[in-house]
Amino acid sequence: MTSTIPSTQAPDKDEVARVFKEMLRIRRFEELASRAYTQGKISGFLHLYIGQEAIAVATADLMKDGDRVVTTYRDHGFAISLGCDPGACMAELFGKKDGLVGGVGGSMHFFDKDKGLWGGYAIVGGHLPVAAGHAFASKYLKDDAVTLCFLGEGAMHIGATHEGMHLAGLWKLPVVFVIENNQYAMGTPLKRQTLVDDLTVRAPAYRMTSDRWEVNDIFETRRRLAEAVERARKDHQPALIELLTYRFRGHSMSDPAKYRTKDEVEGWRKKDPLYRAEQRLRDDHGFDDEAIESIDDAVVDEMQAAVDFADASPQPDPEHRFRHHLVEDV
Amino acid sequence: MPILQIREALREAIDEEMERDDRVFVMGEEVGYYNGAYKVTQGLLEKYGEQRVVDTPIAEAGFAGVGVGAAMAGLRPIIEFMTFNFSAVAFDQILNNAAKLRHLSGGQFTIPMVFRGPNAAAHMLSSTHSQAFESFYCGFPGVKVVSVATPYDAKGLLKSAIRDDNPIIFFESEVMYGVKGEVPEGEYLIPIGQADIKRPGSQVTVITWGQGVPITLEAAKMAEESGIDCEVIDLLTLRPLDRDAILQSVKKTNRAVLAYHGWPYGGTGAEVADLIAREAFYDLDAPVERVCYEDINFSYAENLEELAIPSPKQIFDAIAKVAYHSL
Repeated sequence: MTSTIPSTQAPDKDEVARVFKEMLRIRRFEELASRAYTQGKISGFLHLYIGQEAIAVATADLMKDGDRVVTTYRDHGFAISLGCDPGACMAELFGKKDGLVGGVGGSMHFFDKDKGLWGGYAIVGGHLPVAAGHAFASKYLKDDAVTLCFLGEGAMHIGATHEGMHLAGLWKLPVVFVIENNQYAMGTPLKRQTLVDDLTVRAPAYRMTSDRWEVNDIFETRRRLAEAVERARKDHQPALIELLTYRFRGHSMSDPAKYRTKDEVEGWRKKDPLYRAEQRLRDDHGFDDEAIESIDDAVVDEMQAAVDFADASPQPDPEHRFRHHLVEDV
Repeated sequence: MPILQIREALREAIDEEMERDDRVFVMGEEVGYYNGAYKVTQGLLEKYGEQRVVDTPIAEAGFAGVGVGAAMAGLRPIIEFMTFNFSAVAFDQILNNAAKLRHLSGGQFTIPMVFRGPNAAAHMLSSTHSQAFESFYCGFPGVKVVSVATPYDAKGLLKSAIRDDNPIIFFESEVMYGVKGEVPEGEYLIPIGQADIKRPGSQVTVITWGQGVPITLEAAKMAEESGIDCEVIDLLTLRPLDRDAILQSVKKTNRAVLAYHGWPYGGTGAEVADLIAREAFYDLDAPVERVCYEDINFSYAENLEELAIPSPKQIFDAIAKVAYHSL
């Protein structure tokens, strides 16, 4: 199976620098969101993507026009990687008028249809049937698009997940289900949620192909995801992929993550794809502190500008609360 | 004028809309090869093929959600629930996805779809299979809710529902699919949001819908024999309510009875009673009466079920009561 991304060629310096910067954009966005939360500028639930950035960046790289991402409430990373305006994203977190969806959704409900972000979904597992429905429409309309549906490992134990996967397999829909196994469903480790170690063991029952790996190297992740996506596009072969990853923060801002050890966190830090990309730039491509800092400075400036934009944006107009419940509510 | 059963009128609506618009498809359990659990979709698989008449496994949350996702991507799904009792396991898809995604996305997505099937008690199916869901589906924004009781209304309103760009909950009745009535040849649409006066009258307004319609008309006939002239309003659309039709009638008759298949606590009956109390209080000559299910889970036994369901006699008694008519 040929992927859209050349897999044999080692990525050159510019490419490593680009993905490093893209991952860093998400991390810095999240860190500034975290700070804004502690400053009281963001309320509600805020689930950060720190540690998982490589997945969103790899995904954005391999998508073609018309492809869709459907994901969970941990959705900021995909918004940034898919090219949504960071200012609009931050303004959404701030509950402002210029937010991505006008301030009605907040952190857990990012949508940017034109950019391919078909939703952050906040009811666990409820989005899998919807993603299967997008793929059903793609097959029906012959639009050649693939739907990439992301879920946490905690979503593997609820009914809607399996109904969505079952129908996708039964009807051979062009959808790729990607489990972002970040080891904990809120505070519950995987081993207390299920007796299986490998979550892709469910794939054969739904006649899905499967793949499973630890997300250390963004380029490997991109290549292997692209293989599944192209099979879905060409053969309408759905897939179930498990990505072993880690979130360095708690489940949400209110979670101090006391259920895991320092050693465990440190172990994963060494495998952090962002850290590894930085090491690669230093070791293989001669980047020094100054070169790394110059990338970082540009990213921090961009994300600080997003915060400033969100700060300056007004609250939504009071009348806005009546809009869009039905199509008549314009 | 041709006489059709309700199931045939519904089928004509689906058939005409599928003919008219390639994006319309039907999905549900037994809708294809079995020709529909209640034969509403009979013959459609043969005419439109498997892509547009889609049999599903028993997975309501799955196929309701597939419908939502397909609607977001430009199709116009008709999702059939074998009965609305089974929609309970798909409730999250309707409540959190169908009804919310347009708003949540700031208007980026449109969800043009119909969830349809029989609602309320049929006959001796006990508690899990006898439920009236109108209070659930009218209880949140983001959807419209329709309930039909005649072939004419069934066809005209289902066609409008399929063309509507919102998610529509469309209630039919298991025991009424065989009810016959006149359906004009050729195309017609009945607008969603308009009640219909099924029987004009001057002394008591009786408001009803769905399975309540035939028993209310029977009660109105009993009332007529006792010299009370009732106006029977079939709401047809339960959300949004046709407030004008209700208030206009009540302001004319000064008396109102609600008669319906549904539980008394909350719901459309309570909503209409509240509307009348607030907007027509000074026009009322008697307190509003309600005749509906007893507030209990249904039993299988025929006598126990019968006692829990409103009868024409009970509706007549309520009419007589608001008319201060000595029995």
